[in-house]
Amino acid sequence: MKMQGYYRPLWTHVRPHIAGWLCASPWIFGFLIFTLGPMIWSIYYSLTEYPLIREPIWVGLENYRVMFLEDKFFYNSLRVTTIYAVVGVPLHLVFGFLLALLLNQKIRFIAFWRTIYFLPSVVSGVAVALLWQWIFNSDFGLANWLLGLLKIDGPSWLLSPVWALPALIIMSLWSVGGSMIIFIAGLQGVPQTLYEAADMDGANAVRRFWHVTVPMVSPVILFNLIIGLVASLQTFTQAFIMTAGGPRQATHFFMLHLYNNAFQWLKMGYASALAWVLFVYILIVTVFVIRSSSMWVFYAGEIKGR
Amino acid sequence: MGTQTKRGRGHSQRTHLNQFALQIALYGVMSLGAFLFLVPFVWMVSTALKEAGDVMKFPPEWIPQPVLWGNFKEAFTQDYAPFDIFFKNTLIITITAVFGQLLSASLVGFSFARLHWWGRDYLFLIVLGTMMLPYQVTLVPIFVLMKNLGWIDTLLPLIIPFFLGGGAFYIFLFRQFMMTIPWELDDAAKIDGCGTLRLYSRIILPLTGPALATAAIFSFLAHWNDFIGPLIYLNSVSNYTLSLGLRILQGYGGYAIQRWNLLMAASLFVMLPVLLLFFFSQKYFIQGIVTYGVKG
Repeated sequence: MKMQGYYRPLWTHVRPHIAGWLCASPWIFGFLIFTLGPMIWSIYYSLTEYPLIREPIWVGLENYRVMFLEDKFFYNSLRVTTIYAVVGVPLHLVFGFLLALLLNQKIRFIAFWRTIYFLPSVVSGVAVALLWQWIFNSDFGLANWLLGLLKIDGPSWLLSPVWALPALIIMSLWSVGGSMIIFIAGLQGVPQTLYEAADMDGANAVRRFWHVTVPMVSPVILFNLIIGLVASLQTFTQAFIMTAGGPRQATHFFMLHLYNNAFQWLKMGYASALAWVLFVYILIVTVFVIRSSSMWVFYAGEIKGR
Repeated sequence: MGTQTKRGRGHSQRTHLNQFALQIALYGVMSLGAFLFLVPFVWMVSTALKEAGDVMKFPPEWIPQPVLWGNFKEAFTQDYAPFDIFFKNTLIITITAVFGQLLSASLVGFSFARLHWWGRDYLFLIVLGTMMLPYQVTLVPIFVLMKNLGWIDTLLPLIIPFFLGGGAFYIFLFRQFMMTIPWELDDAAKIDGCGTLRLYSRIILPLTGPALATAAIFSFLAHWNDFIGPLIYLNSVSNYTLSLGLRILQGYGGYAIQRWNLLMAASLFVMLPVLLLFFFSQKYFIQGIVTYGVKG
């Protein structure tokens, strides 16, 4: 190769590299204009007061000081968002995993069942939020009708400071089908020979589950956990449409606080500071989960390595 | 060893019975679950076809009497919410943004998968890194940028950015898929004097069908359902999308006076393309999720 190149003009050497860069250039420009540049601007804005109608004024760390020491909505929004993630995501994992286990059995019409459970997770956005707002209507809603069948007098859901957040968590479980599909793929990747070996050793169904199935799909659990946490911490549309943060700030999610600051009150500097705190929070949670994963996630490939 | 499975005759009969009971329980649980997952849809359709007075009945009547198909027409012909325009705007945004996203992400994915160039692997690490970055961090500066470009209250901020790379997830999807295409094709093409762009458009892209379908579906869903983008960038009603139209119809949260039959009719209409797409291409939905989840 090198010998050939020695006699060729420089162009033939450089050409493939230029072609590669050119093909990647849409992303390179996009990255500079819509990611890297804005990131730097965002840091700068977070250190300014910037009401959009005039140029930013440098205020140093004032936005962060106000956030941590004075803004009582900040801590509340952090609390609401964290509860939503910490309660909702594990429920998501448990139900997603259980459904996947059910659908991994030998049952008839498997595609039919899978379609039903998967269906709700493909719809999203304002239409779904409106549907659930109506479902949780305290007087005429579906939720309280179902509870009525069980002779339970349902709460007023979205109008109740206690039940509004649980209502949003229940709603989020409707879309458990997405993680179910990933779990099914994970389950199908578990080699059948492992179960046969466990059978030989006299393991019953419970032991097979805890000592074969769970370790083998634990990387998938980790993935679903991280994706779920990251998505939950960014929740916006449901809260905006269904409760607008109420009642009494019970569903005042972090993103709602950020949106209000940026686009209702035009505090662009403060909103940028909030965004960075959210980013750092997400980063800490993710790193913590990944660190802890060495204790409970099992990678089949590692055995060979040791 | 066979010694572990020592079961007598009576034993095996009981196991059969147990098996049978287990099967019943299995189907019972699955049916209950399926009911809970589907009943919101039924509820939605039922409400959408009811008279206003029948909506506020408890316990609810599941079969609307009379069946009011006119609710759809009424929901779309309120003069404060021109749904034909919302539909048109949503369609323009979705079609062009999906097109831009597929075109640029497949080209960039091609570059990362099939071409060798200086810095490629470092840049790919950055692509993966941007997946971790929440959009909130860049939300305000991009808004300011769009404002300075004079693009506020136009559809451009919801379209143009997607022509530039199309997002890390899609690039990743195309790269992973294109890596599996045999290299002999490239060699043969090069011998025939085929340039890089022709290699992309004539050889590789035509073989990328499943990845294109998966990406198209996810991109469609994202743009069709997008709420925060239109919410931030669009001000005049004549530029609104369906998501924002639903928000108008909702009446900005006046709880008591909401006309749920009309709201459900409109919501159903907005959901319908997604549901149809799902029924015709479930395979690709699953493919996309699994690619992201297991290989990612």
